[in-house]
Amino acid sequence: MLDTEQQESRSGLARLRTALWLVLGVATLVGLAVIYDRGHPAGNPADDYAHAFGGPFTLTAPDGATVTEKTLASKPYAIFFGFTRCPDVCPTSLARMARLRKQLGPDGMKFNIVFVSVDPGHDKPADLGNYVALFGTPILGLTGTDAQLDQIKKGYGVYSAKVPQPGGDYTIDHTAAIYLMTARGEFSGTIDHQESDATALAKLKRLIA
Amino acid sequence: MMRLPPKALVPALALSAMASAALAHGYRTGNLTIQHPWSRETAPGQAVGGGFMTITNKGASEDRLVSGTSPVAAEVQLHTMTMDGVVMRMRQVEGGIAVPARGALELKPGSYHIMLMGLKRQLRQGDRFPVTLRFQRAGNVTVQFAVQPVTSTGPMESGHAGH
Ligand SMILES: [Cu+2]
Repeated sequence: MLDTEQQESRSGLARLRTALWLVLGVATLVGLAVIYDRGHPAGNPADDYAHAFGGPFTLTAPDGATVTEKTLASKPYAIFFGFTRCPDVCPTSLARMARLRKQLGPDGMKFNIVFVSVDPGHDKPADLGNYVALFGTPILGLTGTDAQLDQIKKGYGVYSAKVPQPGGDYTIDHTAAIYLMTARGEFSGTIDHQESDATALAKLKRLIA
Repeated sequence: MMRLPPKALVPALALSAMASAALAHGYRTGNLTIQHPWSRETAPGQAVGGGFMTITNKGASEDRLVSGTSPVAAEVQLHTMTMDGVVMRMRQVEGGIAVPARGALELKPGSYHIMLMGLKRQLRQGDRFPVTLRFQRAGNVTVQFAVQPVTSTGPMESGHAGH
Protein backbone atom coordinates (compact mmCIF):
# COMPACT_ATOMS: atom_id res chain seq x y z
CA MET A 1 0.00 0.00 0.00
CA LEU A 2 2.64 2.46 1.13
CA ASP A 3 4.94 1.26 -1.62
CA THR A 4 2.31 1.85 -4.26
CA GLU A 5 1.65 5.32 -2.94
CA GLN A 6 5.31 6.18 -2.88
CA GLN A 7 5.79 4.90 -6.39
CA GLU A 8 2.86 6.88 -7.60
CA SER A 9 3.99 10.02 -5.81
CA ARG A 10 7.21 9.85 -7.78
CA SER A 11 5.50 9.56 -11.12
CA GLY A 12 5.07 12.56 -13.33
CA LEU A 13 1.35 11.98 -13.66
CA ALA A 14 0.88 12.13 -9.91
CA ARG A 15 2.81 15.40 -9.77
CA LEU A 16 0.68 16.77 -12.57
CA ARG A 17 -2.47 15.80 -10.68
CA THR A 18 -1.27 17.44 -7.51
CA ALA A 19 -0.48 20.60 -9.42
CA LEU A 20 -3.88 20.47 -11.07
CA TRP A 21 -5.69 20.15 -7.76
CA LEU A 22 -3.89 23.22 -6.52
CA VAL A 23 -4.85 25.41 -9.43
CA LEU A 24 -8.27 23.99 -10.26
CA GLY A 25 -10.20 26.10 -7.80
CA VAL A 26 -9.00 29.41 -9.20
CA ALA A 27 -8.02 28.60 -12.73
CA THR A 28 -10.75 26.36 -14.09
CA LEU A 29 -13.01 29.08 -15.46
CA VAL A 30 -10.22 31.16 -16.95
CA GLY A 31 -8.06 28.24 -17.96
CA LEU A 32 -10.51 26.10 -19.85
CA ALA A 33 -11.07 28.57 -22.66
CA VAL A 34 -7.34 28.65 -23.34
CA ILE A 35 -6.54 25.05 -22.56
CA TYR A 36 -9.43 23.68 -24.52
CA ASP A 37 -8.12 25.04 -27.77
CA ARG A 38 -7.80 21.81 -29.70
CA GLY A 39 -5.37 20.91 -32.44
CA HIS A 40 -2.12 21.12 -30.52
CA PRO A 41 0.29 18.24 -30.96
CA ALA A 42 0.28 15.55 -28.26
CA GLY A 43 2.35 16.20 -25.18
CA ASN A 44 1.47 19.86 -24.84
CA PRO A 45 -0.32 21.21 -21.75
CA ALA A 46 -3.76 21.10 -23.41
CA ASP A 47 -3.43 17.42 -24.14
CA ASP A 48 -2.06 16.72 -20.69
CA TYR A 49 -5.03 18.48 -19.14
CA ALA A 50 -7.62 16.54 -21.18
CA HIS A 51 -5.97 13.28 -20.19
CA ALA A 52 -5.00 14.11 -16.63
CA PHE A 53 -8.02 12.19 -15.31
CA GLY A 54 -9.95 9.39 -16.92
CA GLY A 55 -8.89 6.53 -19.13
CA PRO A 56 -10.07 2.98 -19.61
CA PHE A 57 -12.09 1.11 -17.01
CA THR A 58 -14.34 -1.93 -16.71
CA LEU A 59 -17.10 -1.97 -14.11
CA THR A 60 -20.47 -3.61 -13.46
CA ALA A 61 -23.90 -1.94 -13.64
CA PRO A 62 -26.77 -2.83 -11.23
CA ASP A 63 -28.29 -5.15 -13.86
CA GLY A 64 -25.01 -7.03 -14.15
CA ALA A 65 -23.99 -5.47 -17.48
CA THR A 66 -20.36 -4.61 -18.06
CA VAL A 67 -19.73 -0.88 -18.49
CA THR A 68 -16.53 0.59 -19.88
CA GLU A 69 -15.43 4.09 -20.83
CA LYS A 70 -16.61 3.20 -24.36
CA THR A 71 -20.13 2.43 -23.12
CA LEU A 72 -20.29 5.96 -21.74
CA ALA A 73 -18.86 7.58 -24.85
CA SER A 74 -22.21 8.69 -26.30
CA LYS A 75 -22.69 11.59 -23.87
CA PRO A 76 -20.65 13.74 -21.51
CA TYR A 77 -20.79 12.52 -17.95
CA ALA A 78 -20.31 13.60 -14.35
CA ILE A 79 -18.60 10.83 -12.44
CA PHE A 80 -17.78 10.55 -8.77
CA PHE A 81 -16.73 8.03 -6.22
CA GLY A 82 -18.16 7.02 -2.85
CA PHE A 83 -20.09 4.34 -1.03
CA THR A 84 -23.67 3.89 0.12
CA ARG A 85 -22.71 4.08 3.82
CA CYS A 86 -21.21 7.50 3.19
CA PRO A 87 -22.71 9.79 5.82
CA ASP A 88 -23.08 12.97 3.87
CA VAL A 89 -20.88 13.89 0.94
CA CYS A 90 -22.21 11.13 -1.33
CA PRO A 91 -25.95 11.68 -0.80
CA THR A 92 -25.39 15.44 -0.94
CA SER A 93 -23.46 15.19 -4.22
CA LEU A 94 -26.01 12.84 -5.78
CA ALA A 95 -28.89 15.05 -4.63
CA ARG A 96 -27.12 18.06 -6.05
CA MET A 97 -26.50 16.48 -9.46
CA ALA A 98 -30.18 15.48 -9.55
CA ARG A 99 -31.18 19.05 -8.66
CA LEU A 100 -28.84 20.64 -11.25
CA ARG A 101 -30.12 18.29 -13.92
CA LYS A 102 -33.66 19.40 -13.15
CA GLN A 103 -32.57 23.04 -13.45
CA LEU A 104 -31.19 22.35 -16.92
CA GLY A 105 -34.67 21.36 -18.10
CA PRO A 106 -34.68 19.30 -21.30
CA ASP A 107 -30.87 19.68 -21.52
CA GLY A 108 -30.59 17.83 -18.23
CA MET A 109 -30.51 14.48 -20.00
CA LYS A 110 -27.62 15.54 -22.24
CA PHE A 111 -25.19 14.16 -19.70
CA ASN A 112 -25.02 11.03 -17.60
CA ILE A 113 -24.55 10.91 -13.85
CA VAL A 114 -22.27 8.09 -12.77
CA PHE A 115 -21.68 7.02 -9.18
CA VAL A 116 -18.88 4.53 -8.58
CA SER A 117 -18.90 2.65 -5.29
CA VAL A 118 -15.39 2.07 -4.03
CA ASP A 119 -16.83 -0.26 -1.35
CA PRO A 120 -17.43 -3.55 -3.17
CA GLY A 121 -17.32 -5.34 0.19
CA HIS A 122 -20.60 -3.73 1.24
CA ASP A 123 -22.13 -2.48 -2.04
CA LYS A 124 -23.17 -5.16 -4.50
CA PRO A 125 -24.27 -3.91 -7.94
CA ALA A 126 -27.97 -4.49 -7.18
CA ASP A 127 -27.67 -2.64 -3.82
CA LEU A 128 -26.12 0.26 -5.62
CA GLY A 129 -29.01 0.30 -8.10
CA ASN A 130 -31.50 0.51 -5.22
CA TYR A 131 -29.51 3.29 -3.61
CA VAL A 132 -29.17 5.56 -6.66
CA ALA A 133 -32.88 5.02 -7.40
CA LEU A 134 -33.71 7.04 -4.26
CA PHE A 135 -32.59 10.24 -5.99
CA GLY A 136 -35.43 10.39 -8.50
CA THR A 137 -33.39 10.74 -11.71
CA PRO A 138 -31.47 8.20 -13.81
CA ILE A 139 -28.08 7.67 -12.17
CA LEU A 140 -25.73 4.90 -13.22
CA GLY A 141 -24.32 3.11 -10.18
CA LEU A 142 -21.17 1.17 -10.95
CA THR A 143 -18.81 -0.99 -8.96
CA GLY A 144 -16.36 -3.80 -9.61
CA THR A 145 -13.68 -6.01 -8.22
CA ASP A 146 -10.84 -4.51 -6.21
CA ALA A 147 -8.60 -4.73 -9.29
CA GLN A 148 -11.19 -3.04 -11.53
CA LEU A 149 -11.70 -0.30 -8.97
CA ASP A 150 -7.95 0.18 -8.61
CA GLN A 151 -7.77 0.77 -12.35
CA ILE A 152 -10.43 3.50 -12.43
CA LYS A 153 -9.19 5.09 -9.19
CA LYS A 154 -5.71 5.29 -10.64
CA GLY A 155 -7.08 6.79 -13.85
CA TYR A 156 -9.03 9.46 -12.00
CA GLY A 157 -6.44 10.09 -9.32
CA VAL A 158 -8.98 9.06 -6.69
CA TYR A 159 -7.79 8.23 -3.22
CA SER A 160 -9.79 5.74 -1.20
CA ALA A 161 -8.81 3.56 1.70
CA LYS A 162 -10.50 1.17 4.07
CA VAL A 163 -10.30 2.30 7.67
CA PRO A 164 -10.91 -0.43 10.25
CA GLN A 165 -13.61 0.29 12.82
CA PRO A 166 -13.46 -0.82 16.46
CA GLY A 167 -16.20 -3.45 15.98
CA GLY A 168 -14.32 -5.23 13.18
CA ASP A 169 -16.16 -3.45 10.37
CA TYR A 170 -14.59 -0.72 8.29
CA THR A 171 -15.41 2.62 6.75
CA ILE A 172 -13.94 4.27 3.66
CA ASP A 173 -12.03 7.51 3.26
CA HIS A 174 -12.38 8.79 -0.27
CA THR A 175 -11.94 11.67 -2.68
CA ALA A 176 -15.24 13.52 -2.94
CA ALA A 177 -14.78 15.60 -6.11
CA ILE A 178 -17.12 15.29 -9.09
CA TYR A 179 -15.26 14.84 -12.39
CA LEU A 180 -16.77 16.23 -15.58
CA MET A 181 -15.88 14.24 -18.68
CA THR A 182 -16.64 14.92 -22.32
CA ALA A 183 -18.32 12.42 -24.65
CA ARG A 184 -14.79 11.58 -25.83
CA GLY A 185 -13.86 10.67 -22.27
CA GLU A 186 -11.63 13.71 -21.88
CA PHE A 187 -11.35 15.55 -18.59
CA SER A 188 -13.19 18.87 -18.63
CA GLY A 189 -13.06 19.96 -14.97
CA THR A 190 -14.39 19.21 -11.53
CA ILE A 191 -17.25 20.30 -9.33
CA ASP A 192 -16.19 20.73 -5.75
CA HIS A 193 -18.62 20.06 -2.91
CA GLN A 194 -18.16 23.61 -1.64
CA GLU A 195 -18.93 25.37 -4.94
CA SER A 196 -22.21 27.18 -5.39
CA ASP A 197 -24.97 25.65 -7.51
CA ALA A 198 -24.59 28.60 -9.93
CA THR A 199 -20.92 27.79 -10.56
CA ALA A 200 -21.64 24.08 -10.90
CA LEU A 201 -24.52 24.80 -13.31
CA ALA A 202 -22.26 26.97 -15.49
CA LYS A 203 -19.75 24.12 -15.70
CA LEU A 204 -22.45 21.63 -16.67
CA LYS A 205 -23.81 23.97 -19.34
CA ARG A 206 -20.35 24.24 -20.82
CA LEU A 207 -19.94 20.48 -20.67
CA ILE A 208 -23.11 19.78 -22.66
CA ALA A 209 -22.83 22.77 -25.04
CA MET B 1 -17.19 15.56 38.20
CA MET B 2 -20.46 15.17 40.07
CA ARG B 3 -22.51 12.18 39.01
CA LEU B 4 -26.18 11.79 39.69
CA PRO B 5 -27.16 8.74 41.70
CA PRO B 6 -29.13 6.33 39.48
CA LYS B 7 -32.37 6.99 41.36
CA ALA B 8 -32.32 10.64 40.30
CA LEU B 9 -32.81 9.48 36.72
CA VAL B 10 -36.27 8.14 37.38
CA PRO B 11 -38.07 11.49 37.71
CA ALA B 12 -36.08 12.77 34.76
CA LEU B 13 -37.37 9.92 32.62
CA ALA B 14 -40.94 10.49 33.75
CA LEU B 15 -40.54 14.14 32.95
CA SER B 16 -39.14 13.38 29.53
CA ALA B 17 -42.17 11.27 28.71
CA MET B 18 -44.45 14.19 29.56
CA ALA B 19 -42.21 16.73 27.89
CA SER B 20 -42.05 14.81 24.64
CA ALA B 21 -45.80 15.05 24.35
CA ALA B 22 -45.72 18.79 25.02
CA LEU B 23 -42.88 19.81 22.69
CA ALA B 24 -43.19 19.83 18.91
CA HIS B 25 -40.90 16.92 18.12
CA GLY B 26 -38.59 17.78 20.96
CA TYR B 27 -37.64 15.83 24.05
CA ARG B 28 -36.38 16.79 27.46
CA THR B 29 -34.41 14.97 30.11
CA GLY B 30 -32.93 16.83 33.04
CA ASN B 31 -31.15 19.87 31.65
CA LEU B 32 -31.11 18.56 28.10
CA THR B 33 -33.49 19.24 25.24
CA ILE B 34 -33.25 17.14 22.09
CA GLN B 35 -34.79 18.72 19.03
CA HIS B 36 -35.83 17.47 15.61
CA PRO B 37 -34.15 14.09 15.47
CA TRP B 38 -34.17 13.17 11.77
CA SER B 39 -32.74 10.58 9.48
CA ARG B 40 -32.38 10.01 5.75
CA GLU B 41 -34.48 7.34 4.05
CA THR B 42 -32.59 4.20 3.06
CA ALA B 43 -32.71 1.92 0.04
CA PRO B 44 -34.11 -1.62 0.32
CA GLY B 45 -31.40 -3.81 1.77
CA GLN B 46 -29.24 -0.87 2.87
CA ALA B 47 -27.55 -1.94 6.09
CA VAL B 48 -26.59 1.44 7.49
CA GLY B 49 -28.36 4.74 8.14
CA GLY B 50 -27.45 8.05 9.72
CA GLY B 51 -29.25 10.28 12.23
CA PHE B 52 -29.02 13.92 13.24
CA MET B 53 -30.42 16.17 16.00
CA THR B 54 -29.62 19.18 18.17
CA ILE B 55 -29.04 18.68 21.90
CA THR B 56 -29.22 21.76 24.10
CA ASN B 57 -27.92 21.83 27.67
CA LYS B 58 -29.23 24.54 29.98
CA GLY B 59 -27.31 23.18 32.96
CA ALA B 60 -24.10 24.55 34.45
CA SER B 61 -22.25 21.26 33.89
CA GLU B 62 -21.12 19.60 30.69
CA ASP B 63 -22.95 16.42 29.82
CA ARG B 64 -21.90 13.76 27.38
CA LEU B 65 -23.78 11.66 24.81
CA VAL B 66 -22.16 8.31 25.40
CA SER B 67 -24.17 5.76 23.43
CA GLY B 68 -27.50 4.75 22.00
CA THR B 69 -29.66 1.78 21.14
CA SER B 70 -32.53 1.28 18.73
CA PRO B 71 -34.85 -1.59 17.87
CA VAL B 72 -34.28 -0.84 14.16
CA ALA B 73 -30.52 -1.45 14.27
CA ALA B 74 -28.11 -3.99 15.66
CA GLU B 75 -25.94 -1.16 16.92
CA VAL B 76 -26.02 2.63 17.28
CA GLN B 77 -22.62 4.27 16.90
CA LEU B 78 -21.48 7.85 17.34
CA HIS B 79 -19.55 9.15 14.34
CA THR B 80 -17.94 12.27 13.06
CA MET B 81 -17.03 13.28 9.53
CA THR B 82 -14.39 15.67 8.26
CA MET B 83 -13.20 16.94 4.90
CA ASP B 84 -9.45 16.82 4.50
CA GLY B 85 -9.09 18.79 1.27
CA VAL B 86 -11.17 16.77 -1.17
CA VAL B 87 -11.00 13.60 0.93
CA MET B 88 -13.97 12.66 3.12
CA ARG B 89 -13.14 10.84 6.34
CA MET B 90 -15.65 9.32 8.76
CA ARG B 91 -14.66 8.07 12.20
CA GLN B 92 -16.36 6.40 15.11
CA VAL B 93 -16.14 8.66 18.17
CA GLU B 94 -14.72 6.97 21.25
CA GLY B 95 -15.70 8.14 24.72
CA GLY B 96 -18.83 10.02 23.73
CA ILE B 97 -19.50 13.56 22.51
CA ALA B 98 -19.61 16.53 24.89
CA VAL B 99 -22.78 18.58 25.28
CA PRO B 100 -21.30 21.84 26.59
CA ALA B 101 -22.71 23.53 29.69
CA ARG B 102 -25.23 26.22 28.66
CA GLY B 103 -24.55 25.27 25.08
CA ALA B 104 -25.57 22.90 22.35
CA LEU B 105 -24.28 19.90 20.48
CA GLU B 106 -25.38 19.72 16.88
CA LEU B 107 -25.42 16.41 15.08
CA LYS B 108 -25.74 17.42 11.43
CA PRO B 109 -24.59 16.50 7.92
CA GLY B 110 -20.89 17.14 7.50
CA SER B 111 -20.23 16.70 11.21
CA TYR B 112 -21.28 14.51 14.12
CA HIS B 113 -24.02 11.97 13.47
CA ILE B 114 -25.35 8.75 14.89
CA MET B 115 -24.83 5.75 12.68
CA LEU B 116 -27.37 2.93 12.71
CA MET B 117 -25.37 -0.19 11.94
CA GLY B 118 -27.10 -3.40 10.87
CA LEU B 119 -30.47 -1.88 9.98
CA LYS B 120 -33.26 -4.38 10.57
CA ARG B 121 -35.70 -2.61 8.28
CA GLN B 122 -35.79 -0.03 5.54
CA LEU B 123 -36.24 3.55 6.72
CA ARG B 124 -38.99 5.08 4.59
CA GLN B 125 -39.93 8.70 4.16
CA GLY B 126 -42.50 9.69 6.77
CA ASP B 127 -41.64 6.86 9.17
CA ARG B 128 -40.46 7.40 12.69
CA PHE B 129 -38.29 5.09 14.70
CA PRO B 130 -37.14 5.25 18.34
CA VAL B 131 -33.57 5.62 19.54
CA THR B 132 -32.68 5.55 23.23
CA LEU B 133 -29.83 7.93 23.88
CA ARG B 134 -27.66 7.55 26.96
CA PHE B 135 -26.13 10.63 28.53
CA GLN B 136 -23.49 10.55 31.24
CA ARG B 137 -25.46 12.84 33.58
CA ALA B 138 -28.99 13.04 32.27
CA GLY B 139 -29.33 9.31 31.79
CA ASN B 140 -31.47 7.64 29.15
CA VAL B 141 -34.03 9.29 26.94
CA THR B 142 -35.95 7.75 24.06
CA VAL B 143 -36.54 10.01 21.07
CA GLN B 144 -38.32 9.42 17.76
CA PHE B 145 -36.35 10.04 14.58
CA ALA B 146 -38.36 11.35 11.61
CA VAL B 147 -37.31 9.80 8.30
CA GLN B 148 -36.86 12.39 5.56
CA PRO B 149 -35.99 12.25 1.83
CA VAL B 150 -32.43 11.18 1.08
CA THR B 151 -31.88 14.62 -0.43
CA SER B 152 -32.48 16.39 2.93
CA THR B 153 -29.69 18.46 4.41
CA GLY B 154 -31.50 19.42 7.62
CA PRO B 155 -34.67 18.79 9.61
CA MET B 156 -37.88 19.70 7.84
CA GLU B 157 -39.20 22.72 9.66
CA SER B 158 -42.82 21.69 9.44
CA GLY B 159 -44.95 18.72 8.66
CA HIS B 160 -42.69 15.79 9.46
CA ALA B 161 -44.34 14.18 6.48
CA GLY B 162 -46.86 11.50 7.18
CA HIS B 163 -47.67 12.60 10.74
CU1 LIG C 1 -21.01 7.56 10.05
